[in-house]
Amino acid sequence: MAGKLTEDDLAPVAGGGLLHRRLFLQGGLVLATAQTATSLGAEEEAKPRAEDPTDPSWIHRTGLPFSGYGTPSKYEKYVARNIGGNRTPAGDGVSWTPLEDLEGIVTPSGLHFERHHDGVPDIDPAAHRLVIHGLVRQPLEFTVSDLLRYPMRSRFLFIECGGNSNAGWHEEPIQRPVGDFHGLVSCSEWTGVPLSILLDEAGVDAKASWVIAEGADAGLLNVSLPLAKLMDDAIVALYQNGERVRPENGYPIRLIVPGWEGITNVKWLRRLHVTDAPAMTRNETAKYTELQPSGKARMFTFVMDAKSLITSPSPGQKMHGANIYEIRGIAWSGRGKIAKVEVSADGGKSWAEAHLQEPVMAQCFTRFRSPWAWNGQSALLKSRATDETGYVQPERDVLVKERGREGYFHYNAIVCWAVDEDGTISHVYA
Amino acid sequence: MSMLRRAAAAIFVPVVATSAIAADTDVKAPRLGTPLSTGEIAKWDRTIFADGRGLPPGKGAAKDGRVIYEQKCADCHGLRGEGGTAEELVSEPKPPSGDYPSKAIGSYWPFAPTIFDFVRRSMPPAAAGTLTANETYALTAYLLAANGVIGEGDEMNAKTLAAVHMPNRDGFIWIDVKP
Repeated sequence: MAGKLTEDDLAPVAGGGLLHRRLFLQGGLVLATAQTATSLGAEEEAKPRAEDPTDPSWIHRTGLPFSGYGTPSKYEKYVARNIGGNRTPAGDGVSWTPLEDLEGIVTPSGLHFERHHDGVPDIDPAAHRLVIHGLVRQPLEFTVSDLLRYPMRSRFLFIECGGNSNAGWHEEPIQRPVGDFHGLVSCSEWTGVPLSILLDEAGVDAKASWVIAEGADAGLLNVSLPLAKLMDDAIVALYQNGERVRPENGYPIRLIVPGWEGITNVKWLRRLHVTDAPAMTRNETAKYTELQPSGKARMFTFVMDAKSLITSPSPGQKMHGANIYEIRGIAWSGRGKIAKVEVSADGGKSWAEAHLQEPVMAQCFTRFRSPWAWNGQSALLKSRATDETGYVQPERDVLVKERGREGYFHYNAIVCWAVDEDGTISHVYA
Repeated sequence: MSMLRRAAAAIFVPVVATSAIAADTDVKAPRLGTPLSTGEIAKWDRTIFADGRGLPPGKGAAKDGRVIYEQKCADCHGLRGEGGTAEELVSEPKPPSGDYPSKAIGSYWPFAPTIFDFVRRSMPPAAAGTLTANETYALTAYLLAANGVIGEGDEMNAKTLAAVHMPNRDGFIWIDVKP
């Protein structure tokens, strides 16, 4: 199966059978992948049709008609967000991106994670405005049509909920598919008006240092943000992955604050109050702050630190026996580009550098891949991200020792999957 | 280079070069914002600051707040604020610690005007923004009294609410921005 490769090529570069990442560039390496139980189910579903692959019925008759807006194949219908919302009150909850079912770096808009505090407002764009007021020379109001006429910029950016991966603080490792554990993060191309253009038009007063951003959902979610960051790189986004922002992601406009925790990327943006102090809203005091063992809480922890995950193989998938596999995953950092991802198959005793797939962009998902010759023995898989500032993703015991277990938000420790001899994969603390 | 490739290259360049919008000093933009008058801004502005700026006229006390709480809040937050499908609201009036990691109002919330602001804009979820200023002051008074932060008979208004000292006022460390 790897005829052109020499024995040297297949010599492990780290314990447990990790191979050199250059193997991807040479080609000719046939890789097995762990398969999800659900995708096996989809194949079985196709079986009753008893189609002959050499002469299936669909090569003999006109296919389905054109469609105004395409949808995924019916055989992929299991790929969906897992909804974890409350029943009462109904609008307060989350839905998770199924990271284990996705490839590349862009999250399909319909699978972008959701965190709503009081449901998704049904906003008529003709009745929506963006208001800028406070410490400005001239308070202004913009219609959505106005905003569509401004110069725009696009960036591929992840958005991660500050509460993503919070099950990592639990005493016992949670056993769920990776998306249901870490899927409050997604990555899109966001296009819109640099906020600095609109703030400059209003004329920001020299005394201003904060901006309170408010959404038009029920509850008028609001957060305070430092003016300097908003002037630097914030975007008033009108488009997500080429089409207008989806309702659950902030239609008609969403504030995009690159690399900062999800709640600062205010959806359904309607008001920017330029001020000289934070308002100290509920969501930046009682929530989205992290209680430490000292009794003090971390506040205004805006930046999402570097993190990585192995999405395949991962819990819920099954190995097919000893063979060469591709370890696949994603890494991201709110502080800039991912500089390096290392993977380990022996629980962190030894590490091999993974291949980073281009493009590698700041505050964006980076896809990593690493060839692995699994010998069928039990193994402990880990990935460890380093970003361009030199920050290294911490081991769990280090993070817990520093932060305790009551912080809830900003869990970014190294994740460990145990591969059993029978091919099952589970989440462990190791 | 084919037309197609040239177009692809042209599209790709901005993608890799847009990490610093602020450095993009040559942006020429229309000026389409419509000026707002002071009266118009007042209809939009619902900000209430930690120091009480923005609190509206009105007043309320715990005994009236209790009635509203039992009607509109207790189903989710529990009859005595102990929590239910929604978070707990009542704790002892002392800061949290490793042994007492409570994030309820009395132990965690650093500013009393925040309670008024959040209740007025967000609660109850099925009818957000429908409580009057007096009702909101009364509910805020009830929650503060239930947490032992103020007395049962203390009236809350713009002045007295801003003056309430929360037990965990100094319990926070700013991380990514400095005070």
